[in-house]
Amino acid sequence: MSLVIKKYCSIVTDRINVDGRTVFTPDNQDGFKKFARAAYRHFQTDYPKFFKMDSLSKLGFLSVEVLLKGENVLSKHSIEKTGLILTNASSSLEIDEKHWDTIRDRGQYFPSPSNFVYTLPNIMAGEAAIRHEFRGENTVLISKAFNAELIFNTADLAFKTGALECCICGWVEQYGNKYESLLFLVERSEHENEEGKSEEDVIFEPSILLKIYKRERAWKN
Amino acid sequence: MKTVFAGAENIISSLGFNTDENIRNILNGNTGIAIDSNGIYSPLPLPLSKVDYSQLESLFKDVIPTNEQRQFTRLEKMFILSITDALKQSKLNISSADTLIIITTTKGNIDLLDPVLQESFGKQRVYLHEMAKVVTAYFNNPNPAMIVSNACISGILGIVYGERLIRSGKFRNVLVSGGDLMSEFIVSGFQSFQSLSEKACRPFDKSRDGLTIGEGCGTIIMSSDPALFIETPIKVMGGAGSNDANHISGPSRTGEGLFLAIEQAMKLSGIVPDMIDTISAHGTATDYNDEMEARAFSRAGLENIPVNSYKGYIGHTLGAAGVIETAISLQSMRKNTLFRSAGYEQHGVSKNINVIRKNKEKEITTCLKTGSGFGGSNAAVVFQKI
Repeated sequence: MSLVIKKYCSIVTDRINVDGRTVFTPDNQDGFKKFARAAYRHFQTDYPKFFKMDSLSKLGFLSVEVLLKGENVLSKHSIEKTGLILTNASSSLEIDEKHWDTIRDRGQYFPSPSNFVYTLPNIMAGEAAIRHEFRGENTVLISKAFNAELIFNTADLAFKTGALECCICGWVEQYGNKYESLLFLVERSEHENEEGKSEEDVIFEPSILLKIYKRERAWKN
Repeated sequence: MKTVFAGAENIISSLGFNTDENIRNILNGNTGIAIDSNGIYSPLPLPLSKVDYSQLESLFKDVIPTNEQRQFTRLEKMFILSITDALKQSKLNISSADTLIIITTTKGNIDLLDPVLQESFGKQRVYLHEMAKVVTAYFNNPNPAMIVSNACISGILGIVYGERLIRSGKFRNVLVSGGDLMSEFIVSGFQSFQSLSEKACRPFDKSRDGLTIGEGCGTIIMSSDPALFIETPIKVMGGAGSNDANHISGPSRTGEGLFLAIEQAMKLSGIVPDMIDTISAHGTATDYNDEMEARAFSRAGLENIPVNSYKGYIGHTLGAAGVIETAISLQSMRKNTLFRSAGYEQHGVSKNINVIRKNKEKEITTCLKTGSGFGGSNAAVVFQKI
């Protein structure tokens, strides 16, 4: 069984790429909140719940949204076997600090459920699962930096055990105006020859994940 | 494909600092939940399940001499103590390259958001990967820890990933340690949701009215080598996760997501419902959660299987819950004893599930552990005796 990257989408500070080609850059660079709103409008998204989300969930939502644009994943795979494996470094720290600010002073103590619910990084996976009706295994793993081995191993084993047939996996990191994401749509190869090798596909393996990550970030440096 | 064995379990909770203390208290019907009125975690008195901090400090001094320069946060101390105790029950070489440490937690060192504590430890330590690094460095483990932060199913997913990594031969041994801390952060958040009970929580009971927050740490060692364990280990058969794709903070009304996770876990484990002797449920004692679970169990053909929730004893330990509650279940298997589901008196869910009313001897060969959490996530894993 070989796994292939059907498509990938990156968001590296104000630039959205799909398969390495830029599909969106806003007119001005005004930080994450304005960027998120501009991208939402650009892709003609109609999902008002987006505006209630915290920034991390917005970034995850937009990344999955653009990745799946034009892809009808659920026509090929069962919803029970389509899952998400997301990684990041900061967990949900930005909204954690916001929640903390509402409780630090007992004189002004007003914790809010609309903040608190987002103080878990896997809420972004939950938001994407609701939007696209994915019922498969989903998880958030924390790593200090983009970790190709971690993403690959976790997804690969979910395929090998039979838990997943289709997986959206990668990196969704945001804290304040520092944000970046890189998501891969991974499936089994449809073009396997007798040796199990495929000629047309981008093979899902750690070295390729890392290569793509470095290339997608290169313009920033 | 390799067989995966589990054992050497440790539990740190309000009921004690090792498995024996915890199980003795459970068998005696003691709960670790008590009204807390010191005002640190909540402006008003509230039932909580807290670890005994003075005992924690004194036990930690036995592990690390006081002249030691390194400073550890409260949660890091729990992780180190829990892992140290688990290691004593096995021959695992924790610093070898073929051993992976998996840390499961929702909020890690969240207490460090407080500027006073931040001064002692630095802001970096609030990052989960920094906390995990402190733990792996303490044990000289050369691999970066795998860190699962997936709400209340973190612990079960940690066990499931460990099982897959060993079965596929990626690692020979995996040590899973789950921990979460009592904090004003968590308590205030659940209060804002109005999901906390004013009394000790009562899973599956008619009068249940919310959950009780707990804290603690649990550790389980898994390996492809059964000879590693001092006591006979138990096989980890397989597990899986799922998502409700329904709501981020409320469980599905139908139990569809949990049902899918249970079905998948049974399939991957090669077992059918009749083979399951007991279920360790999530059982938070919120109205919706327990009802959702009852529906999922019923739909999966598990209505008659004795089921319990341990949250009436130790509260909801969040990212630690999956590991701690699995450790209790492994003990229940070893002792061939079904543990009473604390707080359950009058049946309070719409399906006729078989909630355990009193401790009872029973040959337990196969056990199902389930969990569900915010983000619509569910997970299930199956254990079986050799």
